[in-house]
Amino acid sequence: MNLKRYREVILNPLIKENPITLQILGICSALAVTNNLLVTLVMCVAVISVISFSNLFISLIRNYIPSSIRIIVQMTIIASLVIVVDELLKAYDYETSKKLSVFVGLIITNCIVMGRAEAFAMKEKPLLSFLDGLGNGIGYSIILIAVATIRELFGAGTLFGYEVLPLISNGGWYMGNNLLLLPPSSFIIIGLFIWLIRSVKTEQVEEDDFELSKHSTSPDLTKREINV
Amino acid sequence: MNESITKTIGVAFAVCLICSLVVATSAVSLRDLQKENKLNDKRIKILQVADIYNPDQSISEQFSQLESKFLDFNTGMIMSEFNNYNIDEYDQILVTKDPNLSSKIPQSEDIAIIKNRENVGKIYFLRDKMGKIDKLILPIRGYGLWGTLYGYISIEDDFNTVSGIEFYEHKETPGLGAEVDNPKWKSQWKGKKIYQGNQVTLEVIKGKVEKGDKEAVYKVDGLSGATITSRGVTNMVAYWFSESGYSNLFKELDYES
Repeated sequence: MNLKRYREVILNPLIKENPITLQILGICSALAVTNNLLVTLVMCVAVISVISFSNLFISLIRNYIPSSIRIIVQMTIIASLVIVVDELLKAYDYETSKKLSVFVGLIITNCIVMGRAEAFAMKEKPLLSFLDGLGNGIGYSIILIAVATIRELFGAGTLFGYEVLPLISNGGWYMGNNLLLLPPSSFIIIGLFIWLIRSVKTEQVEEDDFELSKHSTSPDLTKREINV
Repeated sequence: MNESITKTIGVAFAVCLICSLVVATSAVSLRDLQKENKLNDKRIKILQVADIYNPDQSISEQFSQLESKFLDFNTGMIMSEFNNYNIDEYDQILVTKDPNLSSKIPQSEDIAIIKNRENVGKIYFLRDKMGKIDKLILPIRGYGLWGTLYGYISIEDDFNTVSGIEFYEHKETPGLGAEVDNPKWKSQWKGKKIYQGNQVTLEVIKGKVEKGDKEAVYKVDGLSGATITSRGVTNMVAYWFSESGYSNLFKELDYES
């Protein structure tokens, strides 16, 4: 096997084919778990391991999966992996698992995991699939960590819980931005990232599906009937 | 052929079997560790609220300084035994699902939105060397914005002065309502008084307590951006220190001493 293919599979999803900013997948958890860096980091590790191993296992049995039940087989494998990760978290990092609450379980519904299983692992060899999962997981993590850094730093004035910008409420000078602590702010931040990446990598810009027709410049209001 | 019915059923069965084995193994092998984590998490909060927590020492050892007792809410009587329950395993939240062990709170009285209150609760005493009560640690709970907040409040031996407050489970918004976990906010509670006469007066106000406010001892700073959570905490205190909460216990303890 040529090394170039391996490299591509790992490196492409980082920026060029990033699952979040190019494919706009996995947004839901990107909104929910990015207000605290530590929690985000644990979530990223969980997602990376689930994607990599689900890709690996699905690829291992890809030649035996009947196509009529392939989605449900993929789901079963993904769901089992997620449960195992959830159990491990509860046993070894109880504090974080408490903060992540349902979002670990919701990795099952993360479109990136299912997307990679269906689009890649069903066709490719196990090792390559594993690396593809790893690459996509890391691509997801890069965006999440960037969003979380912005949100935690400017929202709560801390990084990993350590005070960086002392808040007024704690006797400092920084007024925390409360919007950044709420999930909708990640929408805005991710939107800005997409804008940034697409203005550098213009090949990512999608063509318009349709053209806007020009609207008339001088609406003739006098012709409108007025009922009193 | 991959698509034959036998093959399809065979593969489905094999995948399910293997996956269920993996899930069951991880659940069973990690259960003890998870149980311990959950218990320790609660115990740490109880130790923190009693202000005797030392992270370097074993939790169970520190916890043995506290004396756990059953409390009959209706009479205010303290009991060492109740229905053969092991006090360490008695879960007063779980028994609220059992109509024989809990009572429905009439809607008009249910200010903290708890719905069912256990008939018998579990409280903790911290005693000094002479065996006199130093602090009482009482579980409280009530509805915030997104869900019920569960916590403990500790009371000095005058049964009026707050010593500390801790929440071990809540679903409030991080940065806003979840600031109930902010050490600075929690530290304000120390020294606040609950009752003015017989009335529960302590409340989380909107905004900051002004300097020189004569009533400051009955007021705690509001959580900015979290009015509903703040109100929830006020209602929680109002409920648990009312007649249907711990005030019977205080009468009983006063009578004893």
